[in-house]
Amino acid sequence: MLFRQSGIYHTNYAGTRALFPIPADRIMIGSLLAFAIAAPYLVNSLYLSSFILPWLIWTAATLGLNLIIGWAGQFHLGYAAVMGIGAYATVHATRFGVPWEISIILGGTTAAVIGLVFAFASLRVKGLYLALSTLALQFVMDWTISHVPAISGGTQATLQAPALRLLGYPIRSDVGQYYVALAWCLLVTLFMLNLRRTALGRALVAVREKDYAAAVIGVNSFRFKLIAFATSSFIGGVTGAILIFCFYHAVTPEQFSVDVSIQALAMVIVGGLGSIIGSYFGAAFILLMPGLMNSLIAWLAAKFGFALGIETLAHLPHALYGVLIILFLLIEPLGLGKIYSNVRDYLLVWPFGYVKK
Amino acid sequence: MDLNLLLESAVNGALVGLMYALVAIGIVLIYKSSSVPNLAQGAMVMLGAYIVLAYAGLGLPIWVAIPLAIITMFFVGIAIERFALRRLAGRPIVMILMMTLGLDIFLRAGAMTVWGGTARPINLGIDDSPLFLGPLLINRAYAVGAGIAVVMFALFVLFFRTRIGTVLRAISDDYTAAWSVGISVERGVALSWAMAAVVATIAGVLWGSVQGVDQSLALLLLKCITVAVLGGLDSIGGALLAGILLGVVEGVGSAYLDPLVGGASRELVDAAMLILTILVRPHGLFGRHDIERV
Repeated sequence: MLFRQSGIYHTNYAGTRALFPIPADRIMIGSLLAFAIAAPYLVNSLYLSSFILPWLIWTAATLGLNLIIGWAGQFHLGYAAVMGIGAYATVHATRFGVPWEISIILGGTTAAVIGLVFAFASLRVKGLYLALSTLALQFVMDWTISHVPAISGGTQATLQAPALRLLGYPIRSDVGQYYVALAWCLLVTLFMLNLRRTALGRALVAVREKDYAAAVIGVNSFRFKLIAFATSSFIGGVTGAILIFCFYHAVTPEQFSVDVSIQALAMVIVGGLGSIIGSYFGAAFILLMPGLMNSLIAWLAAKFGFALGIETLAHLPHALYGVLIILFLLIEPLGLGKIYSNVRDYLLVWPFGYVKK
Repeated sequence: MDLNLLLESAVNGALVGLMYALVAIGIVLIYKSSSVPNLAQGAMVMLGAYIVLAYAGLGLPIWVAIPLAIITMFFVGIAIERFALRRLAGRPIVMILMMTLGLDIFLRAGAMTVWGGTARPINLGIDDSPLFLGPLLINRAYAVGAGIAVVMFALFVLFFRTRIGTVLRAISDDYTAAWSVGISVERGVALSWAMAAVVATIAGVLWGSVQGVDQSLALLLLKCITVAVLGGLDSIGGALLAGILLGVVEGVGSAYLDPLVGGASRELVDAAMLILTILVRPHGLFGRHDIERV
């Protein structure tokens, strides 16, 4: 119905190689893009800066983490640490007087270099042991960031981020910062969309499926693991910096603690391993769910007249967040992205449901 | 640094390490039977301590509350396996890890929701005054905890020689083979979860009496993971020895490092131990050698 394939004839190579051969996909993405660009004029500025902006930034982070887990099949329980390294490096470089565009690349590069330390563990072990060693590295990074005053900025451990200056123009308004986040998110999405069509992407998938087999067919799994870690760390570092400059405006060690790593992992799992649209869904779900839960619980409490303590109200959404992760793993292990593609697959052949896709 | 202080931190470290080993045994039990790394073990320790407090809050004396809590946690362990882990059998390990992390989040936040975040002590009636061993001062609570850890270890060694213990060993050895000779693998795995929950409760009581019961009990996870990996993830004796080793390294290391870096170096020592273990000897001191190297 919606995603009709009849009447699509490829008469040239560009047509067969298109990212979205089905018109419905193109129309949907086009309208979403149009909405995203027009959002500052359509959406209440409160919603823009407290929901859409963090959603876009976290989507970029989720895509970066998905690259390493979903595509390359390597665990990373220390992604928040990598983001933190990028953020701190960028903030320090900017405070030092380096132009913002250069310092953000510097931040990403620093994150990539230190991310390679995580990769060292991946070259020795895999599976569970890799997960545990990246978790331990996260603790080391946490500790280093918060205990070295030269990084965290002294006893208060809060470092104010300088104003974001793009090509010399200071960007102070929420709208401007929204566009910066949107541009980065689109860039990462575009990279990930094209990744699966490149030799790099296929090599990563080969390494994910079985690294011995990949080695047998001539894929240097050692090299591609390093590349995967470096690339995803670069994305994570830049995203961390953008998170600080566009959303938090000050950087503290707690913003990149273990819990944040687990949250990012939850976004990938809830969204779906190796799914790009799933990363959008997962980030939105994990990010927005606690707030929505909170207002839902408060509304229920007011409606049915039962009093809840402040502490209960504060922790209940968190407990439900844990329950939801568990439920997702039990009911749809491939996440929201899989649910979306199930619906899409159904509509592709509708009304001929007996046609196996 | 003078020798007495060094010895003192080493001995106290070893005792604390035995208490870490008590937490780590839970991880080892579960990993041994089902190859599931339980990252929620810290939260289970915390939950056990809270349940003891909940029973004590009903007016029961603490020595009644503890056995009741142990029985409750036994069924909590079985329930976790039955409802959460069983359906994930055969899934990729990232799903299983995420499941235990989700469990960790749920248990921690759930306990906070029900019982609040303020730290509450468990009073076991252990004397506060230190124990003198020659010139060395020893924390009495640690000594008691270490003693109980050793007793638990001995119990497990005996248990694994009984009929049920043999069944569990068979399951940990080969899933499919155990199945084909008529052993109920599900029941064995559930039993190991239940036993891990019971050990967690005991550890929770001991740690709760040392540092009070609150969310920070769940942070024991890093230490017990380190102990479990260092000992070899499927070796109970290894966990005991690794506990002593980690305790000594941590005690002595932090005694030397703390003045240099301004305190709180324990976590750093733990994390460094974990990373070093995995890089140098991933199967730990006594673990099985069938780990895939890349």
